[in-house]
Amino acid sequence: MTPSDRDATGLLTRPDQFVQLVTPGGERRHDAEYDPWVADVDSTALGRLYRDMAIVRRLDTEATALQRQGELGLWPPLAGQEAAQIGSARALRDDDFVFTSYREHGVAWCRGVGPAELLTVWRGSAASGWNPYERGMAVPQIIIGAQALHATGYAMGLAWEGSDAASVAYFGDGATSEGDVNEALVFAASFDAPVVFFCQNNQWAISEPVGLQSKQPLARRADGFGMPGIRVDGNDVLAVLAATRVALDRARRGGGPTFIEAVTYRIGPHTTADDPKRYRTDDELVEWGTRDPLTRVLALLAASGVDTDALEGEVADEAGRAAAELRTAVTTIPDPEPMSVFDHVYAEPNSHLARQRDHYARYLAMFDDADQTPASTSAAATQAEGGAR
Amino acid sequence: MTTLTLAKALNAGLRRALAGDDKVVLMGEDIGTLGGVFRVTDGLKAEFGAHRVVDTPLSEAGILGTAVGLAYRGFRPVVEIQFDGFIYPGFDQIVAQVAKLHYRSRGNVRMPLTIRVPFGGGIGAAEHHSESPEAYFAHTAGLRVVACSDPADAYVMIQQAIAGDDPVLFFEPKRRYHVRGDVDETASLADARPLGVASLVASGSDVTLVTYGALVQTARDAAIAAAEDGVSIEVIDLRSLAPVDYPTVEASVRRTGRLVIAHEAGQQGGVGAELAASITERCFEFLEAAPVRVTGHDIPYPPAKLERHHLPDLDRILDGVDRALGRPNSLSGVEA
Repeated sequence: MTPSDRDATGLLTRPDQFVQLVTPGGERRHDAEYDPWVADVDSTALGRLYRDMAIVRRLDTEATALQRQGELGLWPPLAGQEAAQIGSARALRDDDFVFTSYREHGVAWCRGVGPAELLTVWRGSAASGWNPYERGMAVPQIIIGAQALHATGYAMGLAWEGSDAASVAYFGDGATSEGDVNEALVFAASFDAPVVFFCQNNQWAISEPVGLQSKQPLARRADGFGMPGIRVDGNDVLAVLAATRVALDRARRGGGPTFIEAVTYRIGPHTTADDPKRYRTDDELVEWGTRDPLTRVLALLAASGVDTDALEGEVADEAGRAAAELRTAVTTIPDPEPMSVFDHVYAEPNSHLARQRDHYARYLAMFDDADQTPASTSAAATQAEGGAR
Repeated sequence: MTTLTLAKALNAGLRRALAGDDKVVLMGEDIGTLGGVFRVTDGLKAEFGAHRVVDTPLSEAGILGTAVGLAYRGFRPVVEIQFDGFIYPGFDQIVAQVAKLHYRSRGNVRMPLTIRVPFGGGIGAAEHHSESPEAYFAHTAGLRVVACSDPADAYVMIQQAIAGDDPVLFFEPKRRYHVRGDVDETASLADARPLGVASLVASGSDVTLVTYGALVQTARDAAIAAAEDGVSIEVIDLRSLAPVDYPTVEASVRRTGRLVIAHEAGQQGGVGAELAASITERCFEFLEAAPVRVTGHDIPYPPAKLERHHLPDLDRILDGVDRALGRPNSLSGVEA
């Protein structure tokens, strides 16, 4: 049996098996349990969610172009996952803290991460783009699933301090096979940690379908760990917002962790170094194209009497300006000084590294022209061969 | 001064760290109610509560990964790995996260973890209970690696490790847990020998013998035995394996001209290899002979009834000293 055969019943993606408040056609579905959590979301608020999604989609397109033009070493596109990221991150408070993987550019947008901050790592200019404490967002994680434990530990600390803030761990369907994620679920349940496990099931872990990671919907695993699991339409921004609010409210009230599986789809490649044509069909793309997160919101707004042509135009203009700003920002990211390679390895003075640093400084000093040294090799070029999983 | 075992000295140091900073939390398997399998944390849960001395689920990656999250939040986690050989499930969190997050966050996030590891053999234990994994961590940028050898040092060093802002692998010589020694519990940390500085534990003039952990006592005994034979050994307790206090080792080698390094861990890629290379680079012209390593074999840790054939003991160390001095030894006549 191949992994795709395992999903022959469609169990892993069946739309009738998750929380959905807006259908792909833009029809509002009523749900007695989840409607109250988004009762405040009127047409204006929904328009703002649309704006967020449209802007991050445009930024994502621009970043992919910047990679193709050699300005970035690598880029992991978020296209298709806008609702999952915006819906969840817009449920957060400023004093909450998120631990993400490397694809959560939409979450970063909601946390106030600026364009240069967003691209710094992918340009290879520095180890990170922002101060986690200024954005309430940790250094993005490349090691699959490792951040689930960090979010759990952070939440344990919040609980011990008596805070009503919460943490969120963002990870993908592939990460659910990692020990770290499973161990995080054990620790979070045991310590009633105020953490939300937000799994974006985008159907693919590079080339491996979700059916290889699991034979049943991922949200069902929550029960085995002793916490509530919510399976939500990850392309429905309203449903994602509602589900995340439910989970955060439980965390803030001392009710412990929640596992959310947001069923979504990665429209683009895993990263710009990937070729998805080798492992998935055009039919699948067409199928998921009918469940797009943005079009359904426009349809719902139109049905509510909003002039969506005007909205679309305004947002497109704004997104275009944001994209231009991103393009400008990438060139303003300073190239790192060669000797900064030694910075921040330790918080305190370290005799061994100080000596190595001194020796390398002496070596560099032999060159009249700093551009002739190995240290000036293009960071983007050296990173192009690498890649996140 | 009070007389304490090494385990009790660590317990006293941990108590003082817990009392002095409410961000210090102890985490590990069986460390709370039981007080740890070696009783190093005995009584601390009762004194400080279950949120300061935390019995965790049985997952080394889980303990270390949640400790990383706690450090993000401003805590100073002190993690106990129950036995040396159990650390590997947590290896990724140590190497990819604990060691690198200060660098990856450009200095914004500190990882002041102390990872306590009872290490080494000589207690007749079951497999995976007697290992010396220190070289893996000495090889990892971003970590400090230290080993204590006696109660007085253990008491001070554990507090220094916890107070420091860099992550520390803190190796405890488990076969010396019950050795007694004088400990000054009133001493100020500010006046103590810094964590990164080696200790000259016996003066000598013919050869420098460098070691750490449980073998420090063996090396002292070897020096006494050699003296009866007219050989004067200077013994250095390295204390810090990363970074190494080279000035102290160099100063000794410049006097003696000969270097022997002893450790329980295997030879290949070990701490001794790094020391031999670095000392050769730094004071080649002072060396009268090639540095000599006396180490465990490059084998999986053997069954209990064979461990005496694996662990360097007094006689093997003295044989190494004879090699360094060009005296008759087990390898006399054998080409290197």
